Amino acid sequence: MGEDRQNVIIINGNRCPFEPGETILEVARRHDIDIPTLCHLKGATPTGACRVCVVEVEGAASLMASCVTPADAGMVVHTESPKVVAARRRVLELMLASGNHNCTIHGADESDWTAMQLKVMADDQAQALCPVWGDCRLQDLAFRYQATAQDYERAETPYPQELVNPFIVRDFSRCIRCGRCVQACNEVQVNNAINFGFRGAALKIVTAGDHPLRDSDCVFCGECVQACPVGALVEKSARYRVRPWETTRTRTTCSYCGVGCQLELHVADGKVVRVTGAEDVAPNYGSLCVKGRFGFDFIHSPERLTKPLVREGDQFREVTWDEALDRVTEGLAAARDHHGADAVGVLCSARITNEENYLLSKLTRAALGTNNIDHCARL
Amino acid sequence: MAGLAATYGSGSMTNSIACIEKADVILITGSNTTENHPVISAYVKRAVTRRGARLIVVDPRRTKISEFARIHLRHHLGTDVAWINGMMHVIIQEDLYDKPYVESRTVGFDELKRMVAKFTPDFVESITGIPADQLVAAARLYASGRPGSILYCMGITQHTTGTDNVKALAALAMLCGNVGVVGGGVNPLRGQNNVQGACDMGGLPDVYSGYQKVTDPALRAKMAKAWGVDTLPGKPGFKATEMIPKADSGELRALYIVGENPLVSDPDLNHAEHCLRKLDFLVVQDIFLTETARLADVVLPSTCFAEKEGTFTNTERRVQRVRKAVDPPGEARADLSIICDIATRLGYPMHYEGAEAVFSEIGRVTPAYAGLSYRRIEKEGIPWPCPVPEHPGTPVLHQGSFSHGKGVFFAIDYIPPAETADEDYPLYLTTGRVLYHYHTGTMTMKSEGLMDRAPECFVEISAADAADLGVENGGRVKVSSRRGSIEAVARVSQRVNPGTLFIPFHYAKAAANRLTNARLDPVSGIPEFKVCAVKLAKAA
Repeated sequence: MGEDRQNVIIINGNRCPFEPGETILEVARRHDIDIPTLCHLKGATPTGACRVCVVEVEGAASLMASCVTPADAGMVVHTESPKVVAARRRVLELMLASGNHNCTIHGADESDWTAMQLKVMADDQAQALCPVWGDCRLQDLAFRYQATAQDYERAETPYPQELVNPFIVRDFSRCIRCGRCVQACNEVQVNNAINFGFRGAALKIVTAGDHPLRDSDCVFCGECVQACPVGALVEKSARYRVRPWETTRTRTTCSYCGVGCQLELHVADGKVVRVTGAEDVAPNYGSLCVKGRFGFDFIHSPERLTKPLVREGDQFREVTWDEALDRVTEGLAAARDHHGADAVGVLCSARITNEENYLLSKLTRAALGTNNIDHCARL
Repeated sequence: MAGLAATYGSGSMTNSIACIEKADVILITGSNTTENHPVISAYVKRAVTRRGARLIVVDPRRTKISEFARIHLRHHLGTDVAWINGMMHVIIQEDLYDKPYVESRTVGFDELKRMVAKFTPDFVESITGIPADQLVAAARLYASGRPGSILYCMGITQHTTGTDNVKALAALAMLCGNVGVVGGGVNPLRGQNNVQGACDMGGLPDVYSGYQKVTDPALRAKMAKAWGVDTLPGKPGFKATEMIPKADSGELRALYIVGENPLVSDPDLNHAEHCLRKLDFLVVQDIFLTETARLADVVLPSTCFAEKEGTFTNTERRVQRVRKAVDPPGEARADLSIICDIATRLGYPMHYEGAEAVFSEIGRVTPAYAGLSYRRIEKEGIPWPCPVPEHPGTPVLHQGSFSHGKGVFFAIDYIPPAETADEDYPLYLTTGRVLYHYHTGTMTMKSEGLMDRAPECFVEISAADAADLGVENGGRVKVSSRRGSIEAVARVSQRVNPGTLFIPFHYAKAAANRLTNARLDPVSGIPEFKVCAVKLAKAA
C-alpha cells in the first residue's frame, strides 16, 4: 500500500499509478487520458521538440513536455488547463505561419487568404486546398485549439518541391520540421537516409549531400510518408487524387515476401488507390517496404487475365467458364485414365491462400488419386 | 526445411520475428535481408543500433546488412558446411559451448565433435577463403552472446548441400543452447508470402496438412474418412523439381499449375520449357498470362490477394487474415471456387460456403491449426501450433523439449558444390533478388515506379574481373554457362568478390536461370541456384 502511494501521480484529478521510468504521456495514455502529440513517434526516442504535448505540473516553473518528462511520485498534472491550451495554441499558430498551411480554419483576412491559396494552387498545380486536407494532424489540432496564423507573418519556404522520384513528393512548404520522418528513417527502419540539415530558418530535412531521394540511401519504404503528420511527404500516386473521405479501408496481409506485413488497402471507386501499414499490430507495426507500399499497380493492371482461354494451334481463344472447365476436366481425366493417377501432377502455390492450397491438396489426393502435389518453396 | 525437421522435429522458424529484438548476438547467413525481407531487416538493424546487439554476417556478397555487422565473413560460394563446422570446432575446442544444454536436450554430440575436429581454422581457410583469425573471432562472438539468433535464407538452402547446411546451422545453435529460448533460435526467412502456409496445408508430395505423413496408414485412414473416400494413395508423389523432367520422360502427362511461373523460377529454363511442351495437357490458373501460361492448353483467370477472403501464414508461423477489398476484373474467379468446380466435375463433389468454411475443415484435420478460427485472428494473427481454442499460440518452438524429444546433432562433412569453375567456365555465378522486384516479376514489373528504380537485369562484377575482361561499368556483357547464355548490363561493384558474379533472377528477358544448374539437393529437392560455373565476355 505504501509503495502504491509512492508511485502515483494525479492527472486531471485522476489517480494514476505508474511504473518508474514512465513518462507523463505514457502514464496518461495508459489511463485513457488524451494528451495531444505531434512530433511524438511510437517506438522512437521522444524529443520534446514540438511542444504540443506540454502539460502543467503544479509547483513547476514552466510547462513541461509530457513525452520527455518522467512521472514522479506525487505530481499533480493538468493536461488542458488555460495555460496549457494557450501555449498549445501559440505553438500551433507558429507552425501554421511557417509555410503553406492554407487550410487555416477561420479568422484569416479573406483577401489575403485568397491570394495565398491561389499561389499554393499554382505551386501544386492542383485545384484543391491541400493534398492531405482532412487527413492532417496539424489541421486537426488547429481545429481543436482554434489556432490560426493571422497574428504572424507567414514565412516563405526557400526550397522547391521534389518531384523527381516515382513514389514520394517532398513538399518543404508544408514541412513543420517535427522530425518524425527523421526518426522513422533512422530509428524505426534504420535506413539512415535523411536527417536535419542547415540551421535556423533554413532548417531542412536533407539526405546526405542534400541530393534528391532517388540519388540517396533512400529505399522508398515510405515509413517517413506514413509518419508525416502534415502534407510535406505524400505518395505521388495519391497526391490530389485520393481524398480520405472518399475511400474505404480494408485490413489485409501483404502478398509479397514471407514477413506477412499487415496493410490497409485504401479503396476508391472499386480500385486500390493507396496502401498504408496497419499500426499497432504484429508483425510490422505500421512499417512496410517499397513493394508492399508502392507495388500495388498489378492489381488493376490492364494485363490482368479476365476471360478463360483455350489453345487453338498457336493462338488462344476466349471461352466461357463452362467450356474451359470441361476442357480442364477432360485433360486431367484423360491422363489419369490412360496413364494412371501418378501421370497427373498439381503445382499449388506459395502465392495463394491456405484455404486454396488445402483444397488443391484435397483435389489432388482425393479427386485425382495421386500425391503429385508441390509448389515452388524451393525456388 | 528438411534439415531443421531432421534436427528439431519441425522445419519452420523456431522463433518469432519480435524475438530478434531480444537477441544478444545475431548471425545472418545467406540472407540479403534488407532487400528480401526489409521489415525483418529493420528488426535486426534496431537491435544493433538501439540496443547494442552484436551482428555477424556470413555472406560472399557485401550486402547492406553487412554494414551493420561487427564481423562480416566472406566465404567462397558453396562452402557453408566448412565454415559452420569451423565455428563449432573453435567453440568446442575453447570450451565455449553450453554443456548442460547439450547433455540434457541433445543426442549425437560425440559424433559431431569427432567430425568437426578436422575443421581447424586453417583447414577452413583453405576451403572457404575466410581468414582463420576472423573465423575464430566470429565463433567466440556467437558463443559469447545469449540468447543468440540465427537467420538464414536461400543462400543456405539453394545448394546441392542445402540440407547439410541447415543441419550444420541447427547444430551450431544447439551447441550454444540457443534453441527453445526467447531471442534465440534458427530462423529460415520464407521468401514468398505463403510458402509456410502452402507447406502447412499439405502442398507437398509426402504430407497432408500439418505435416501428417501420407506413408502413415493411420493418418491416411483418418484423412480418407475426413475427405469421404475409401482410400488415399500411400506413395509420396514427385517434387516440383522432379515433375518437370518427368514430363520429358513421359511419366507425367498432365499438369495443373496454380499461381506459379516455373518458366522463370526454375533452374535450367531451356530444359524446363522443353519438358513442359511435351505434356499432353497443361492448365495454368493465374492472374497474368505468364511465361508458363503461354504454353498452356487452358488458362484460367483467377484473383489476386486483394480480391478474396482467406488466410496466409507468415514466416514466423503466424496465421493472418486476407480480406477482399475490390472485385476481380472481368470474369476472373476466386481460386477457391475454381478448384471446387474442377473437383466436382472430376466426380468428387466439393462445395463450401466460403473460405471460412474451408478454414474450419482445416482445423478439424490439422492439429496445429485446430485452435484457430477467423474470429480469433480477426485483429491479430496467431502463430501455430495452436491446438485448442484456448491456446494463445506458440511464438517460440521447442521450449523445454524438441518436437521429437531430443535435438539431434548431425555430423556433416564438407562436400564441394556440384559444379566448380574450370578453364572453360572460369567464374562462379550466384543468383538472388533486388529490393524492387519480387520473384519472377509478374507483379512488380507492372509498377512504373518499381521499374523506374530497377528497369533491367544486370551482372555484378568485381573491378578486378572487369579490368581483366575489358568490361566497363554499364557496358553490355554476355554470360554463358554449360546450359545457356544471357546478355545484361555490367555493374562493376565492390559487392562481389573477384571470381564471382551476381545476377538477379527476376527478369524473364535475361533470365539468370538459363544459366543455373538444375542439380538438386538429394533430400530437399532444392536446385543449386547459388553456385554454378560461367564465363563472361563483352557482348558483340
